[in-house]
Amino acid sequence: MEPLEQICSRLLARFPGAEVSVLPNPGPAAQHSLLVGRASVREIAEFLRDDPLLRLDYCSNATGVDWPEKVIVDVTKVTTPDPAGGPPKVSEVKTERLQPGYLEVVYHLYSMELRHGPVVLRTRTVNRTDQASVPSLTPVWRSAEFQEREIFDLFGVVFEGHPDLRRILMWDGFKDHPMRRDYVEPEDYEWEPTPHGDLVEKAKRARPPVKGGEPVA
Amino acid sequence: MSPFDASPLSPSGGAHVRSVVDEFHGDLLEVSMGPHHPSTHGVFRMIVTLDGERIVKLKPVLGYLHRNHEKIGESTSYLGSMPYTDRLDYLNAMTNNWAYALAVERLGGLAVPERAEYLRVILAELSRLQNHVCLAGFLLQDTGASGTPLMYAFREREKILELFESLSGSRMMCNFQRFGGCRTDASSEWLGQVSSLVNGFGAFLDEFEELITGNEILMARTQGVGVMKGPAAVSAGITGPMLRACGVGYDIRKVDAYGIYPRFTFRVPIGSHGDTYDRYMIRILEMRESIGILQQALRDIPAGPIMDPKAKLRGFRPKPGESYGRIEGPKGEIGFYLISDGSANPYRYRVRPPSFVNLTLLEDLCLGHTIADSVVILGSIDIVLGEVDR
Amino acid sequence: MNPMPTITDEERSELRRHGILLTSVEELYNWGRSHSVWPLQFGLACCAIEMIAASMARFDIARFGSEVFRPSPRQADLLIVSGTVTKKMAPQVVRLWNQMAEPKYCIAMGACAISGGPFKRGYNVLKGIDRFVPVDIYIPGCPPRPEALLHGLMELQKKISGQSISGPEAPRHLRHDTSCEYPVPEFGDHDLVPPKNPEVWKVPESPPKD
Ligand code: SF4
Repeated sequence: MEPLEQICSRLLARFPGAEVSVLPNPGPAAQHSLLVGRASVREIAEFLRDDPLLRLDYCSNATGVDWPEKVIVDVTKVTTPDPAGGPPKVSEVKTERLQPGYLEVVYHLYSMELRHGPVVLRTRTVNRTDQASVPSLTPVWRSAEFQEREIFDLFGVVFEGHPDLRRILMWDGFKDHPMRRDYVEPEDYEWEPTPHGDLVEKAKRARPPVKGGEPVA
Repeated sequence: MSPFDASPLSPSGGAHVRSVVDEFHGDLLEVSMGPHHPSTHGVFRMIVTLDGERIVKLKPVLGYLHRNHEKIGESTSYLGSMPYTDRLDYLNAMTNNWAYALAVERLGGLAVPERAEYLRVILAELSRLQNHVCLAGFLLQDTGASGTPLMYAFREREKILELFESLSGSRMMCNFQRFGGCRTDASSEWLGQVSSLVNGFGAFLDEFEELITGNEILMARTQGVGVMKGPAAVSAGITGPMLRACGVGYDIRKVDAYGIYPRFTFRVPIGSHGDTYDRYMIRILEMRESIGILQQALRDIPAGPIMDPKAKLRGFRPKPGESYGRIEGPKGEIGFYLISDGSANPYRYRVRPPSFVNLTLLEDLCLGHTIADSVVILGSIDIVLGEVDR
Repeated sequence: MNPMPTITDEERSELRRHGILLTSVEELYNWGRSHSVWPLQFGLACCAIEMIAASMARFDIARFGSEVFRPSPRQADLLIVSGTVTKKMAPQVVRLWNQMAEPKYCIAMGACAISGGPFKRGYNVLKGIDRFVPVDIYIPGCPPRPEALLHGLMELQKKISGQSISGPEAPRHLRHDTSCEYPVPEFGDHDLVPPKNPEVWKVPESPPKD
């Protein structure tokens, strides 16, 4: 299979104006991925499927990843020359910036015809609340049908153009998206011996009030 | 008012069976099969709309065994997730372990010693044998051959489980593979037991096939039932024996050549009709190929270490990055997608379950067939709910 | 109350050798109940495979009179909760239990059915079926071996044969102050409503000393 950079430049030539870039994977697996903007992901997916050199006709895995917003601290070193002529002073300036959160959908594509792969395709929502939608790729690969429903159920990504977008694993009246990092589980613990400290904390909350102890909220 | 109007069907609302009126077809029946149904292989539910006995619509309802593997995996160490993978497809703990180990090995850049690779192949192929033989038993149970074929199948399965138990300590939940190798070494007696089992397995298959394969009832119930076409299967991501039954020769053991599979000669059986009978036959043929692989592996297995000395099991912290590892499980492509942020737990732990994706085409396969056929078709897909719902 | 039989066991077996069977109603009733426990053919997860294995040739549950796995709850006496009960499944399990006719018994097979087991941390996992259904026998293990299931069954038979059929200790179906209907939980926005049946299950009073 041709290298990902080449695919990327072919895509840019074919779809001028599309947001396509290669997202490197720093780990030893070196499975780099193709980050595609929401707007053009459908055409690009169709191109990847139909292009005679790629023929990525098989979407093996589709999944979501939650990236909540986080505070990134940038440290910059500032050197101020000493007016007295000594060695210049180096001080660190910390600036905080807020990286907005988003939900990411990852597809692993293979070609059954040409027997190569994987090409990792990623696309991102604008944010995690009101604009959590991406185009559905079920019309391109049917194998995404159930997997996208699962992502919708557990992460809350809305897939535009999905033929049957309903919850698949949890019940219909369920309100939360449990695979998000900030999901709060219902309190239904009792005591059990466990090596996990946070579970002990949870279990303590579930205990009935003991005489002389703290009341349970 | 005809006597049939006073039907015994309960009205809608909490009822099990209700009628749906459709102006073009007259009365349609909506039947909810499952989650407690003797032939849905666990807590699987499908809502079937019937025109007489013919299926006009079928919607699977999943999630009755959604045990939150992925969420738990995100708060468990890399090693701690290994026993959880046993419980995904609980018939094939060994292959699940391997797929997970492969993904972590890619994530951490670990190597696997020769002997461990051979052990993995032996255990995976034994797993395949017992999975396929159970599938054949369950499939025949679904066609109405109540009990007997399943008894034969479980008799053989017990023998394989005994081997698993003497090696790993547990019959089903083996928790045997480790990233960078295997947990315990196999003694030469154990290998001897495996080879006597393997050498006898062909005779069992002959016996089984003689009873079943040419059976007229089986042929009548399965031939031409649930025909799947290659291109549709590829697009729907069907993998494993299901895919090969409709003529697409895609076997990850050959394509990815993971582990040491390129060293073995084996053929990939391919069906030509894509019907339920082909799906049954493919599994029988795959078992015969597995016997061949096992014999080669048992012949060639070298002595040596079984763990990569660099591998660090406890407190394993791979560098930030991600990896996707997949193998050919008995049910199809089982893959694990891991994202590491450098801490001791994966940031994202995703299981790509074969039987979940294979269910995508269930409705297409069943449309137009009778409700009794849907049970057989479902049986031939070979689902395990632990993996479908995770 | 029936008085204790004044006849000794030796005398009884001597009589039996001559073709005279001397017994009490209670004994006969319990003997009948305990040796024809028909389980519901109902598998939830991994443990169900071991349950099937127990009914197959090697372990042969038929030796204990329980090989007749009934697909319908109406015909079954024993609910073997064999596997993880998820919150999505819990109402159905309770409904099945309600549909079974008395006398009925429940075995919680495996760590999951007892407490949630390895999946106790899961958001969709019920932390023990005994929150909704009264459990007679708990079989630990993950999965319990088929032998363990057989042992559990034998314990259940012992429990049944030890019951007296009148008085306050009588089984549920012979009393008037109990009902065999248990409330079925509903799906709520975040959890089951109610999350447990306080009639059946209470949070353990205070934790054992850590
Ligand atoms: S106790 Fe273990 S074997 Fe049984 S259902 Fe739970 S996880 Fe599976």
